[in-house]
Amino acid sequence: MSVLILIELNGSEVSSNSRAAITAATQLSDKIDALVLTDDSANAASVASLDSINTVKVIADSKLEHVSVGVASKLVAEVMAEYKYLLSGSSTYSKNILPRVGALLDVQPISDVCEIKSNNTFVRPLYAGNIMATVESNDNTILMTVRATAFEHSGDGGSATIEELSLPIPEQKSNFISLQESQSERPELTTADRIVSGGRGLGSKENFALIEQLADKLDAAVGASRAAVDAGFISNDYQVGQTGKVVAPKLYLAVGISGAIQHLAGMKDSQVIVVINNDPDAPMARMADLVWETDLFGALQELNDHSL
Amino acid sequence: MKIIIPIKRVLDPYTQARVNKQTQLVDLTNAKMAMNPFCEIAVEEALKIKENGAASETIAVSIGTEKTIDTLRTALAMGVDRAIFVNTELDLDLQPLHIGKILANIVKREDAQLIIMGKQAVDNDNNQTGQILSGLLDYSLGTFISKFQLSNDGKSTEVCREIDSGIETRQLNLPAIVTVDLRLNEPRYASLPNIMKARSKPLETIEISSFDIDISPRVKVISVEESGTKDRASKQVQSAEDLFSELSQLGVL
Repeated sequence: MSVLILIELNGSEVSSNSRAAITAATQLSDKIDALVLTDDSANAASVASLDSINTVKVIADSKLEHVSVGVASKLVAEVMAEYKYLLSGSSTYSKNILPRVGALLDVQPISDVCEIKSNNTFVRPLYAGNIMATVESNDNTILMTVRATAFEHSGDGGSATIEELSLPIPEQKSNFISLQESQSERPELTTADRIVSGGRGLGSKENFALIEQLADKLDAAVGASRAAVDAGFISNDYQVGQTGKVVAPKLYLAVGISGAIQHLAGMKDSQVIVVINNDPDAPMARMADLVWETDLFGALQELNDHSL
Repeated sequence: MKIIIPIKRVLDPYTQARVNKQTQLVDLTNAKMAMNPFCEIAVEEALKIKENGAASETIAVSIGTEKTIDTLRTALAMGVDRAIFVNTELDLDLQPLHIGKILANIVKREDAQLIIMGKQAVDNDNNQTGQILSGLLDYSLGTFISKFQLSNDGKSTEVCREIDSGIETRQLNLPAIVTVDLRLNEPRYASLPNIMKARSKPLETIEISSFDIDISPRVKVISVEESGTKDRASKQVQSAEDLFSELSQLGVL
């Protein structure tokens, strides 16, 4: 009943969603291995020091930098032969690869698992999280992505064995051209303790800078509603919601966000929700622990000027 | 070049999903249904490619009971050339792996070079079908795309993908499958004359039993419950000072 975790690396760092997948895996088995696809085997070191991992299987090849999903899924499917479970943290990385592995193994994957009830029964969200479904897998092999906000992030302290696999790398049918990375000195959105999030109410990209200023003051990550992203105030990777990122910080401060159902789905599990808006009837306000009903520019000015 | 656009009929995304306590399923009786919003974006992109002269035909495919025909008619009214309806007769719990297998059959029969579909359906939120289809066919895949550009020789396409770390640009060899994200385009509305015209466009019906596919559920839904967004006891604050002192007391600053 062993588990393989598909690890997502950010450079040489293990992503926080992979750490959540490890915690979920510990509820299924104590035989947990990790799989890393990388261009440089040195990146496996950070994986070997993760808690709860027995063996780190590494496929290292220069061709694996920005590898196509077709190639990645063939490699993962091959390694999966010895395992009952494949887990990965929900992210665009795993959502791209895991279902394709499912096709190769003839398995129906399970997306966004939030709770593990037994070795084949799981809870996952439907309808943007408005419905939680308990589902039972009848497949012999179980593939799932897990929500990083629903499981603790496993720490370091282990000393796993590193095993380099030399598998032939299949030919790819898609080629990497470029990656336009968003540069940010701020905490990462999905793991931040505090998030300051702006919506359409900000009115312009220039005004959105007030959100960034407040985020810096609070050592918070910046988030945005879909409306703010669509309006071009900020890039898509800051979007919180059903199709953006799902977050659950200690503090979620929403400014000028009315609260479309898809946005609420992405942040409803936040510990403390603060809403600054001039519309007391907005759906967002009903979810708030604290509401400041006021002109949001005046409020942002006052917050930014106030010394902590 | 033929383009296939698989589309799904879902609960209208602006309608609250409710659980029928008896059936332990989401209640869709008398509910307002609509084309999945991501599928609308896929249809729009296919129409634009055809309008630019790079495609010979656009074909919408949907799988379900007879009501699914309404959604196919919507696609035809938007401008799609013809439709394929896979009739399930009953309300089956078809899952992405089943859908992928049915679509793979149709893609092969039509010899389509490009499949454009939504990145996820807003009912089950699986975000899997395009990926599964690409695995079954061993085609190149671009998920979560926000930009699509065919090459001049028509043998590949350049796509921008919205991923967690930013925007990735890749070149995909055709045949290819792309799954579309929100910012790819603004879908058009069907005009009244086009809605009328859609009634006479070809719509082929295929019985699901004609595919040799095991459609028993791989993942069974045991129960569902409404979680929704719980209202909280909101406390009003009046100033920055007020707010910061409340937040300190709550220990989140």
